[in-house]
Amino acid sequence: MPAVQETVEQVRAIDIDQYKYGFSTDIEMELAPKGLSEDIVRYISARKNEPAWMLEWRLDAYRRWLTMREPDWARVDYPQIDFQDMYYYAAPKSNAAPKSLDEIDPAILETYKKLGIPLREQEILAGVAPENRIAVDAVFDSVSVVTTFKEELKKSGVIFSSISEALHEHPELVKKYIGSVVPTTDNYYATLNAAVFSDGSFVYIPPGVRCPMELSTYFRINEQKTGQFERTLIIADKGSYVSYLEGCTAPMRDENQLHAAVVELIAHDDAEIKYSTVQNWYPGDSQGKGGIYNFVTKRGDCRGARSKISWTQVETGSAITWKYPSCILRGDDSQGEFYSIAVSNGAQQVDSGTKMIHLGKNTRSRIISKGISAGRSQNTYRGLVSAHRRATNAKNFTNCDSLLIGNACGAHTVPYIESKTASAVFEHEATTSKVSEDQMFYCMQRGLTQEEAIALIVNGFVKDVLQQLPMEFMVEAQKLIAISLEGSVG
Amino acid sequence: MSLLEIKNLTAKLADEDKQILNGLNLTVEKGQVAAIMGPNGSGKSTLSYVLAGREDYEVTDGEALLDGENILELSPDERAAKGLFLAFQYPIEIPGVGQMTFLKAAVNAQRRKNGLDDMPTPEFMKLVNGRAKELGISPDMLRRSVNVGFSGGEKKRNEILQMALLQPKLAILDETDSGLDIDALKIVADGVNAMRSPDRGFVVITHYQRLLDYIKPDVVHVLSAGRIIKTGGPDLALELEAKGYADIVGKAA
Ligand SMILES: Nc1ncnc2c1ncn2[C@@H]1O[C@H](COP(=O)(O)OP(=O)(O)O)[C@@H](O)[C@H]1O
Ligand SMILES: [Mg+2]
Repeated sequence: MPAVQETVEQVRAIDIDQYKYGFSTDIEMELAPKGLSEDIVRYISARKNEPAWMLEWRLDAYRRWLTMREPDWARVDYPQIDFQDMYYYAAPKSNAAPKSLDEIDPAILETYKKLGIPLREQEILAGVAPENRIAVDAVFDSVSVVTTFKEELKKSGVIFSSISEALHEHPELVKKYIGSVVPTTDNYYATLNAAVFSDGSFVYIPPGVRCPMELSTYFRINEQKTGQFERTLIIADKGSYVSYLEGCTAPMRDENQLHAAVVELIAHDDAEIKYSTVQNWYPGDSQGKGGIYNFVTKRGDCRGARSKISWTQVETGSAITWKYPSCILRGDDSQGEFYSIAVSNGAQQVDSGTKMIHLGKNTRSRIISKGISAGRSQNTYRGLVSAHRRATNAKNFTNCDSLLIGNACGAHTVPYIESKTASAVFEHEATTSKVSEDQMFYCMQRGLTQEEAIALIVNGFVKDVLQQLPMEFMVEAQKLIAISLEGSVG
Repeated sequence: MSLLEIKNLTAKLADEDKQILNGLNLTVEKGQVAAIMGPNGSGKSTLSYVLAGREDYEVTDGEALLDGENILELSPDERAAKGLFLAFQYPIEIPGVGQMTFLKAAVNAQRRKNGLDDMPTPEFMKLVNGRAKELGISPDMLRRSVNVGFSGGEKKRNEILQMALLQPKLAILDETDSGLDIDALKIVADGVNAMRSPDRGFVVITHYQRLLDYIKPDVVHVLSAGRIIKTGGPDLALELEAKGYADIVGKAA
């Protein structure tokens, strides 16, 4: 995702009711019949020509899902979802199996261009220095439409493709790892995802390889009444390194749309995965009409010794966010990190946080969470830090800060700590503060407008986390946060 | 035309029925330093807030003209860009926002409002470092968050630094001397004196003659119960210092 600076500039003047990426693309789609059943699961699997074991895996999950109940412990409130009233598969018709960019529907290329994501490699190459190149997997509704720089990545042995493609080209890798971090039985939405996931990205970094460029997936929901269920699987083999970024947007619609994704990360001995998200799904209007339900399960397994997984998220979109990117610190001396900025405005509801599960010896984790609530929104940090009996000398540091803008919003912190070893050291700090009228007036007396003052104060608040993002995205995330908070005061 | 002309200014707390300014009249000429003295609670800070556009107060009557233009309908940032600066009695802390970031945001926000381009960073750095040095502000202070962990005196010097960078037409200093030791007081006074010029005006709110020994006022006004009750030359300040407010306030009442 290159700088979308210019377009971002253009929306600086708009308020929360005018979401920037709210346009939709008129394109002929192939839809599965509405609703959910075993037949639909079979349909999806057949559309993708999946091997028999994959279909069995899906059906297993589906049958399990039928016995499960929707979780209700999160601090979010929404009407019952009718799982029979949506489509589980939507793919551009013209796009059955594009081999190259030339075969892709121009309307789709145009869509991504409008979103600031050029997909033509020549166009990307023209404007960007080699070290700043980013390979993109573009997922449009249920399918991956293209993955760029694949050939170049292949030279260093890196596999970057859609998960559908990986199922055909590297079935042994997919079979070995899928569901090994988030099992099909994990939770209601993850189990649903296992049954109906349609596409997503697959990454494999071979031993000792430092991935030569930033990888990213850009998710776009376009079709109405369609759920998006993507599944991402990233494996960093021994001693390898990869930095990956995920972005997402959706059209403005009055209806709520469900996005239930699963992301699994596996880091072997001495490997490192840095996973960043800039989540900007349509948040609904200021009255709470429409918007994406973002119910996502993300988990990383530090499987090897001295491995490291780092989650960084900037969450500004979605009507409801329910997500807890977590780390299982299995390998001795492994490290997990979670850096989060969650912004809520209007009627948005966020319940997000992390789990750091210390299983190995000398494992370390670090949690820095910055929640910003404005409007009438509710913003909850929910976190678990636990140490197993074996996890001697486990260390965690948690810092959880909330910033309130105005009087009608809420911030909540729900930290759980469990330790079964006496040698574990867990530190927890939490603060809640308000953007005060004094601060606003002080800034404005110096010449800043109300919006500039909010942006300045908020950027100061989130600085520690922003610095964790890849350079190219820092400025963009900063602007995104400012835009999300427009109309939050006055 | 006077730099500042306040006519019959009447203001109350926005969400309470408490009137604080009661038909206040005051004129400040270009090039003038006007001292305002008065008992605690007489409305000195309120006057400075109302002029700067703080929302806690509601103007119920009167007007305030800056260079002939009524500013009372403008937002605080617009007033700032028109050249009004307030050195706060209690400067505000902004955690996480670096001093340099803040100063640059302020300078450029005002430049943009006045149709100028942003100041190039090297030029800005040079300017800040130069002024900071004059005011005895250490590079370390410039690296910290705005006013966070500053001593009382450091906060006040920081206000003067901002004034020096923003080059206002009218600067209101609200008890900038309180909390300053004598050395810091001299530094602040030097900073103000260096900025005195034929087209700039100052309103210096203070309790003490001490500051006025260093910043020589052209006129001294006495504010009591929300009105200017007496105006005189520099000697008036000495008289107040000697006799206290009771006498003069009593006479006016
Ligand atoms: N925001 C406010 N809320 C309540 N009372 C206020 C407020 N601002 C000023 N006042 C009251 O108005 C009067 C004048 O205050 P102030 O302008 O601070 O006086 P001074 O600066 O001359 O000491 C005092 O009685 C003070 O308590
Ligand atoms: Mg005062």
